[in-house]
Amino acid sequence: MSELLQFLFSGVTVGAVYALVALGFTIIYNASDVVNFAQGEFVMLGGMITWFAHQAGIPLPVAAFLAISITAAIGVAMNKLAIEPARGAPIVSLIIITIGASIFLQGAAQLVFDKQIHDFPAFSGDAPIRVGGATILPQSLWVIGGALAVFVGLWIFFTRTLLGRAVLATSNNRLAAQLVGINTNFVMTLSFALSAGIGALAGVLATPITLTAYNVGIAFALKGFAGAMLGGMGNPKGALVGGFLIGLIEALTAGYLSSQYKDAAAFVVILLVLFVRPQGLFGRKSTDRV
Amino acid sequence: MKMTPKLATLLVLGALVLLAPFLFPSNFYYRVGSLIFVNAIAVTGIVILTGYAGQISLGHAGFAGIGAYACALAPAHFGIHPALAVVLGAAISGLLAWLVGRPILRLKGYYLGVATLGLGILISMMLNNERQLTRGPDGIDVPELGMRALLKGWGLDLTNGQFWYYFCGLCMILGAWLALNLHDSPSGRALRALHGSEIAARTVGVDVARMKLQAFVISAVYASVSGSLLALQNKFITPDVAGFMHSIEMVTMAVLGGVGSVLGAIFGAAILTLLPQVLTIFAEYEQLVLGLVMMLVMIFLREGLLPSILRKLRRKGE
Amino acid sequence: MKNTMTTTALALLVALGAAPAAMAEIRIGASISATGPAAFLGDPEAKTLELLVEELNARGGIDGEKVKLVLYDDGGDPNKARTFATRLIEDDEVVAIIGGTTTGASMSILAVAEDAEVPFISLAGAIEIIKPVRPFVFKTPHTDRMACQKIFEDMQKRGFTKIGMISGTDGFGASMQAQCKDVVEDYGIEIVADETYNPTDADMTAQLTKIRNASGVQAVLNPGFGQGPSIVTRNYRQLAIDLPLYQSHGVASNGFIELAGAPAAEGVRLPGTALLVADLLAEDDPQRGIVVAYRDAFEEKTKTPVGTFGGYAHDAFLILTDAISRAGSAEPDDIRDAIEATSGLAGTTGIYSFSAEDHLGLDLSAFRMLEIRNGAWTLVD
Repeated sequence: MSELLQFLFSGVTVGAVYALVALGFTIIYNASDVVNFAQGEFVMLGGMITWFAHQAGIPLPVAAFLAISITAAIGVAMNKLAIEPARGAPIVSLIIITIGASIFLQGAAQLVFDKQIHDFPAFSGDAPIRVGGATILPQSLWVIGGALAVFVGLWIFFTRTLLGRAVLATSNNRLAAQLVGINTNFVMTLSFALSAGIGALAGVLATPITLTAYNVGIAFALKGFAGAMLGGMGNPKGALVGGFLIGLIEALTAGYLSSQYKDAAAFVVILLVLFVRPQGLFGRKSTDRV
Repeated sequence: MKMTPKLATLLVLGALVLLAPFLFPSNFYYRVGSLIFVNAIAVTGIVILTGYAGQISLGHAGFAGIGAYACALAPAHFGIHPALAVVLGAAISGLLAWLVGRPILRLKGYYLGVATLGLGILISMMLNNERQLTRGPDGIDVPELGMRALLKGWGLDLTNGQFWYYFCGLCMILGAWLALNLHDSPSGRALRALHGSEIAARTVGVDVARMKLQAFVISAVYASVSGSLLALQNKFITPDVAGFMHSIEMVTMAVLGGVGSVLGAIFGAAILTLLPQVLTIFAEYEQLVLGLVMMLVMIFLREGLLPSILRKLRRKGE
Repeated sequence: MKNTMTTTALALLVALGAAPAAMAEIRIGASISATGPAAFLGDPEAKTLELLVEELNARGGIDGEKVKLVLYDDGGDPNKARTFATRLIEDDEVVAIIGGTTTGASMSILAVAEDAEVPFISLAGAIEIIKPVRPFVFKTPHTDRMACQKIFEDMQKRGFTKIGMISGTDGFGASMQAQCKDVVEDYGIEIVADETYNPTDADMTAQLTKIRNASGVQAVLNPGFGQGPSIVTRNYRQLAIDLPLYQSHGVASNGFIELAGAPAAEGVRLPGTALLVADLLAEDDPQRGIVVAYRDAFEEKTKTPVGTFGGYAHDAFLILTDAISRAGSAEPDDIRDAIEATSGLAGTTGIYSFSAEDHLGLDLSAFRMLEIRNGAWTLVD
């Protein structure tokens, strides 16, 4: 029993990070139909900038705030410089643009920072919390709390605020949104800032557990992408559930089956789900654009 | 004889393969050339899948991995000649593509992307983990193809680098010829109709599912052969050949050069293979430059490098 | 003065058309994984080589000849490594190659070097690199197998017979996992749990819980490099597992103690090199001088803690330049012969003595069993 509990703790810790990344994917996808493969680099930047600022003597909360702001600004710049000019390009071109951005950010990070592995202290200490024979780190609670808070925040934003509805309207039909007076460019800018900020937040929260380095982004991007697709792209609920599910599948496979094939299990589940529901668990049934 | 685009493409490729060595300052360039040709073969497959049929794959390196490891394992385990192993690898890749293609290709856009990504990752994971068979991430030796010795017996004495240069060049031209034939065939027209609009293609009676599957299987075979040639040339292979980054590299080469045409995609393969060799002078900035090139080309030269350059030239000519 | 004379003599020789290639600037090639998944190992290796070449040339080079280092970053991709090896030999015309951070890259380079008959000193761990012995291929790190033997020797001494293993699935971890499983029986030890993790994984508590619950397990061994072992060590403490934990030489650096955190790393043992315990070495230890010099120079220049892997590059460069100097020639054949004749050369990893049958030149005694106590390395034996 305590064994199962430990596996679940492990799964939700990792799953919460994936969920945060997946939520970031969702926001940009909603606003622009772009899956941003550089999402993982936002997580990396969140961790690396915080580390860099912290070791330069800036207090941790300030460093974290700086990291999130700078990364959000980078997200906005990416939208203005790389995504907006490519409006209407085919999916495969967009994939290459965002992967290009990801490689670019990695290259910049190794020049600005270094190639070593770094971390910074956990927010509430390292003493594990014992629950029913299993243990969980206080930092894990921060990550899980962060994922849930971001989800609730987004949910309120998208359903209860005018601006949020404007984002959704833009994602449903850009032209119609423009016609009813929505500033779609502003919506795009906002979405990239928000998404990059959430990615950076994931990096800030997770680094005391996962550690960080200039090249950690791609793994986060792949897992977050998988989570978002499993849940159904474009749906915050799907992103949250998908992210946690991938984490749990990995931990349970590692615990009960084979740690060697735990990543395989996650992808097998994704394939199976997509065969049955091609739009993911919570995805909208996509309409073909002729 | 009328100069069709097909004939023009083949002539350009043939001339480049034959004439380039006159400009080589050292034997090293044969190696770079043969790498370009190996990549070009995989990329020609992407042209068929993405350029003709409009489907995305983020996992084609998996098939290259199958082709490569077939050459490493089949001669040792079944005692067959490495050349036959290339065929065996291609057959396994084609079969696998056919099996998974049916359910996977019902997916669209990013969903197809994640499904092919998963497929590629599963293959690369098996190559990494099944250590008894593949010797794991450290890699495995691949037997000598033996063709160079054969040619020597016929009085054609080439260095190793030269042999692989001309041999892969020949294979690339062969691959391009097949792809161009497909382009002009009824199947090819159906595929391109499907790229334009799946629904429209269906209404005019194209068996969409079958055509997509066909393109997927053919492109898998191209990737597999490319992997085989890489393994035979290096006489050593690691699971990196099946990795995610290699899949991305294939797609990037094709799209960067111009995924709509075989020549364009091969041009992309040449550029991206050469880039790291050119960038060694400022190795620290390699990733920065690569990322920048990918973004800039896709933003400003949407159809890819070659078509955009050709159009500019044509406009100037008018 | 001496220099001018050599130069004059040189000019004369050139005029006579008898200048041996050795008399030009000596070109040494390197293909290292300074980026990519193995950057954690390759980055200090590249920095070490650059540092050493700078130092050597500042001292006047090898017998007055300047050394030029041609360094390429293969990103850990064996295919790229092969291309760069070809380039080093065909295009840059180097007299010897150092490199191959990973086993895959090393295996790719060695085929090219062997064909061209250019000496190659590998920085990777697998035993396949030097077994069977290839005339032109040498390596500086201990084999993974030796690391396993050193660890199992220590376990045997402490009376452990049942252990658990948790290995990274990267080349380093997987290779060492296989070697350890191969030799473990010689020590009367049984592996009762055998788990793995991906190098990018963030949490290994599931695997560790499984190991802890395996019946009779007395100690745990974690082959791997990068952030994985740090996370394993932290998770180990989180789960309050009170069995001894062994790490591999893959994390033999002060960076590991920092990342795992001193409390979590307390009591961790690993087979390391003299480099980590420079200040604890006896005054008359033959390695002391070179180890302290390298550590101080590296840490001064890079502001990062010195580690075993940079040390491997240091030793490769030392062996090579020592051989060129003894051979009095920079012809690949002569260098090869001189490397093979190396005897009693003290490096950071150990004292190297090569022979026609032994292209590793180290034995188990070069490994020192280290234990982390109060956040610092101490010698166990």
